[in-house]
Amino acid sequence: MSPARRHRWTAAAFLAPALLVLCTLVAYPIGYTVWLSLHSPDGSRFVGVANYVEMFTAPDTRRALTNNAIWVVVAPTVVTVLGLMFAVLTERVRLVNAFRLALFMPMAISFLAAGVTFRLVYDEDPNRGMLNAAIVAVHDSFSPPSPYPGATVREGSGLVASDDGTITTGVPVTAGEPASLPLVGLPVDALPAAAEPARPPAAGPGIRGVVWRDFLRGGAGRAGLVDPGELGLPGVVVQVVRSGEVVAETRTDASGQFAVPELAGGGYSVRLAAGNFTEPFRGLTWLGPGLVTPAIIGSYIWVWAGFAMVVISAGLASIPREAVESARVDGATEWQVLRLVTIPLVRPVTVVVAVTLGINVLKIFDLVLVLAPEPAQAEANVLGLEQYHASFTQLNAGLGSALAVLLFTLVLPGMAWRARVLRRHQVVP
Amino acid sequence: MTFVSTRVPQLRPAGTVPVGPPRPGLGRRLATRLGGITTQVVVMAVTAVWVFPTLGLAVASLRSATDNSASGWWTALAEPRQLTFENYLALLDNETILRSLWNTVLITVPATALVVAIGAFAGYALAWLDFPGRDWLFVVLVALIVVPVQVAILPNARLFGLLGIYGNVAGVIAFHVAFGLPLAVFLLRNFFRTLPRELLEAARLDGGSELAVFGRVVLPLSGPALASLAIFQFLWVWNDLLVALVFATSENAPITYALRGQMRAFSSNIDVIGPGAFLSMTVPLLVFFAFQRYFVHGVLAGSTK
Repeated sequence: MSPARRHRWTAAAFLAPALLVLCTLVAYPIGYTVWLSLHSPDGSRFVGVANYVEMFTAPDTRRALTNNAIWVVVAPTVVTVLGLMFAVLTERVRLVNAFRLALFMPMAISFLAAGVTFRLVYDEDPNRGMLNAAIVAVHDSFSPPSPYPGATVREGSGLVASDDGTITTGVPVTAGEPASLPLVGLPVDALPAAAEPARPPAAGPGIRGVVWRDFLRGGAGRAGLVDPGELGLPGVVVQVVRSGEVVAETRTDASGQFAVPELAGGGYSVRLAAGNFTEPFRGLTWLGPGLVTPAIIGSYIWVWAGFAMVVISAGLASIPREAVESARVDGATEWQVLRLVTIPLVRPVTVVVAVTLGINVLKIFDLVLVLAPEPAQAEANVLGLEQYHASFTQLNAGLGSALAVLLFTLVLPGMAWRARVLRRHQVVP
Repeated sequence: MTFVSTRVPQLRPAGTVPVGPPRPGLGRRLATRLGGITTQVVVMAVTAVWVFPTLGLAVASLRSATDNSASGWWTALAEPRQLTFENYLALLDNETILRSLWNTVLITVPATALVVAIGAFAGYALAWLDFPGRDWLFVVLVALIVVPVQVAILPNARLFGLLGIYGNVAGVIAFHVAFGLPLAVFLLRNFFRTLPRELLEAARLDGGSELAVFGRVVLPLSGPALASLAIFQFLWVWNDLLVALVFATSENAPITYALRGQMRAFSSNIDVIGPGAFLSMTVPLLVFFAFQRYFVHGVLAGSTK
């Protein structure tokens, strides 16, 4: 037997297992899926393009299409830009390896594990969820939380709680006659440690009064009067108003007393500012309506940024040093070097990264299934998830297959583009 | 591509002194310095952002469900008394989780070994054997790399039903092998092509059959490529959820499937999900740290899937 003939037989034998598997489990199923997509849910009736029409019109699938479009535009862009930034950063820092390890590590774990991880990160309760805890901490350091959230007026006390959150005295206040501002609705242990027992307002010059918690454990105590053991509310912002104008502003002391001695006459009202009582900022509902898709994309970015960084780093390393050096010698600033020399030279690599991620993102499934809580699943829907539900929850093989064919079709342009790149680099004949 | 520095030192003729750019002025140097500090801070912040989620899961898995529902994992850093191995000990009594971990091994090991073996034979044929239509066949196989698994799951579910392997570990393995092969063939064929032709010709002239050339010459030289492929395929299968959901029944299901079942009541099951997810991560992370180089190669090569 000639060597060429011998080669043929050996080749056939070597290729047989692979071809057998690929023909039965990949090639034939693709054809079968196309067939299924043109038939009724149980496969008994030819329905033409009805499944495709349903796919583009039914609200669930349209939601999935829209979300997939968002995913494909946002995720690859953000990941590539971050990857480029991190790659440039790693060019010029110590401990590069620790940085790269930290960023690349999420590539090793499953989307399920990433989903579990980010369920913890995105927990809505700022006492448990890391992200909301961080946001609340930052928010509160700029605008401190109000001291008495939820405080309300006692009925029959003569105070008026307005819709804008302020609490105002109902009858005019006159200088020399102390005003009583009893509040309720504060949790038993919610007062500042500095709070001292309230004293009945003493007579004296100007507008004065007391703001206190008109409540004793067990319901003892008289409504609207300062009883022994009731605590004053320190630090309440008190505004004195006359004909709609704020004429003075002060704060209560440790026993809830306030006084503006220089005011005389009558017709004032005492107003407690809304800022005293606003509910505290609790962060955002990450995995609820409106934010669920961006939140899931965030966790995807966490998984894939390391990939983009490593590929783009390799691209940076292959940039000729002379190009960068000569730009520096010519007096370009680091920023100019980056913008005018480095980035243009590394652009082909970033395009490869973005297209690769685009193909990957189209097929996203696990992360959405795991990370979106049950009530938000519909809102976070993507094609991969809808394909799974149509096929295995609703048992609609026709619609499921149409969605699969759509996914396949969407991947094709990326595949063709990649084939061209590979061919240009002679990786494939 | 590795984590080893890729900087190449510049070559210059002996006896010459490098001429750099002129020494920048004080203002510029100060700006560079400050820029350097800013960069360091940014890098540290980014590292923290990337490490904290995983750290959070690790710490949460070491806290009781009560602690986890009362406060965030970071409180345990100030109060190490919260940390306990109870959850992990309880997991040892949790048959579902233990069996699913074992199933993951039962699925992943054969699915990886088969892909490497079948892929290596096919890759060799495409690299070094002459037959008509070889290049054309290779291009078709490469095109199959990006085929989404969704396009084949329904027909295969029916086919496996007919073959009696639907719901079994065997069905899951078969599906993973099919979808792992195109990449395997692509990677190995390209690597085999880089081996020196003379080496193969010499072995052939010595009278070795193609099988002998493949087994005694090509495979021993292809360690890195086989390792990269094996690591990628291993991770791909280990981390899979979709294929398991479709093709495995609950008693044959891998850990991803079992944990997914617990997710409906996330907060109350956190004492199972936390340690379970962390255990499922340890194997990939060990592979990652032990075989960093091959790992990066494998992941980069497989990223197109």
